[in-house]
Amino acid sequence: MSTLANILVVAEHDHGALKSATLSTVTAAVELSKMSGGEVHVLVVGHNTRSAADAAARVAGVAQVLLADAPQLAEQLGENVAAQVLAMAADYGHILFPATAHGKNAAPRVAARLDVAQVSDATRVIDRDTFERPIYAGNAIATVQSVDKVKVITVRTTAFDAVPSEGGNAAVQMVDAVADSGKSAFVSAEIAKSDRPELVGAKIVVSGGRGMGSSEKFIEVLTPLADKLGAALGASRAAVDAGYAPNDWQVGQTGKIVAPQLYIACGISGAIQHLAGMKDSKVIVAINKDPDAPIFGIADYGLVGDVFELVPALTSALG
Amino acid sequence: MKVIVPVKRVVDSNVKVRVKDDGSGVELGNAKMSMNPFDEIAVEEAVRLKEKGAASEVVVVSCGGGQCQETLRTAIAAGADRAILIETDAELQPLPVAKLLKAVVDKEQPQLVILGKQAIDDDCNQTGQMLAALLDWGQGTFASRVEVADHAVVVTREVDGGLETLRLNLPAVITTDLRLNEPRYATLPNIMKAKKKPLEIVKAADLGVDVAPRLKTLKITEPPKRSAGVMVPDVAALVAKLKSEAKVI
Repeated sequence: MSTLANILVVAEHDHGALKSATLSTVTAAVELSKMSGGEVHVLVVGHNTRSAADAAARVAGVAQVLLADAPQLAEQLGENVAAQVLAMAADYGHILFPATAHGKNAAPRVAARLDVAQVSDATRVIDRDTFERPIYAGNAIATVQSVDKVKVITVRTTAFDAVPSEGGNAAVQMVDAVADSGKSAFVSAEIAKSDRPELVGAKIVVSGGRGMGSSEKFIEVLTPLADKLGAALGASRAAVDAGYAPNDWQVGQTGKIVAPQLYIACGISGAIQHLAGMKDSKVIVAINKDPDAPIFGIADYGLVGDVFELVPALTSALG
Repeated sequence: MKVIVPVKRVVDSNVKVRVKDDGSGVELGNAKMSMNPFDEIAVEEAVRLKEKGAASEVVVVSCGGGQCQETLRTAIAAGADRAILIETDAELQPLPVAKLLKAVVDKEQPQLVILGKQAIDDDCNQTGQMLAALLDWGQGTFASRVEVADHAVVVTREVDGGLETLRLNLPAVITTDLRLNEPRYATLPNIMKAKKKPLEIVKAADLGVDVAPRLKTLKITEPPKRSAGVMVPDVAALVAKLKSEAKVI
């Protein structure tokens, strides 16, 4: 049996603040720690990111924070993040990443270098070696057991409630930063600035499909409803492919996975790939002109009719 | 510049799979099988690089049983030059696939490997990154734009919240996202011609790779069923339900 009991969580942050994905991943780590008896440590990789590390130290359940802070880590390039994790890996039995774009990018590099399998998108911890994960766009759930000495896992953040962001009192330990890999370099980023909540983690999501007809209508009809509800905006793949919505709004098997309290699907037919990204929402509302649309098969409340009349009417009715 | 494109044979994306009653797996039976959609995008991107003069040869590779030859022929019909099948009947997980692909890369010495970001059967999203790590190459994952420059490739990636552009030294690994391109349909003459292009078969056992799965699948179960709710007649009824019954607004 492995004696490597401690659990490492690789934090998702924007240098200033921890992302909520980190809090959900810590929840999975805390569940594991109850089974293995190990401590939960959080690794923060970046540059000028002390405040994110301090925030991690206050998270309930975290016993130690490791901070690798150096200019070559500023862009959190996958090659460098993976190398930094590998430099720490010898002390851990479990290495957890949130299943975000960042986590999915770096985790398999770590697993391959450790010569271990990776458990992708874990939705449940059964025991220290055994996890549930969705396959076939969530149409089946696999229970998998790792026989490797170190478990590298990406955690589906919607499957774990966020741990409280306050209540912990961990020490922050500086660790030596790895050198730049020299294999890739940051050129530019276009990150949309928005006052809306982040799509993953939002309590309410208003989402549009091909039925919205155009990018102008998509914005004109759905934005007022999202504004009124304080909701994030999402889209089906069909709507993104048609150019109605930006690609980082895509909800589905290969896009974002969301599980809000309320998901309002407007003009979305409900392809299985879309359902894979939102069917764990607490309450689903579907508004679609086609009464036979598959989305009605999983919606709690269905409303048949013209989205261009019904959505504005819903917006007004909310006062 | 040689480009290698690994392709996976998977159940067609339009097939709704059913979990076997005994929990041992999913019922594929005679389900239609196709090339993984992200791999079609990878093949298309490599062929476009060749058409632009940035690539000299496109080699497609698949790991699995003899039926993967069909997938490789599909890739050749879409414009690839030749194919390699790494033949095995073993259950293959991403790490062993990355090791098999590394063996091919070591022999073929490409400058670029383009893979789909994720297979739609196991939904792992691992193989490209693992291959890049084993080769100690840079990686541009979830690519929505690829431009080959001098000894480098500039990759725009789909990340949470938007886009990020990286410059990778060659050789490098790229994984494709949905918006990279729209794969072409193979023409009938090209499908016919594809039958005559070279397809080499290599036994996985001859590559010295341990392909044993490291993850044991204990069982496969149905996800919790979500049952249909109610249809509401109008907006007023919907708002009433959301307020008093669901209590979410």
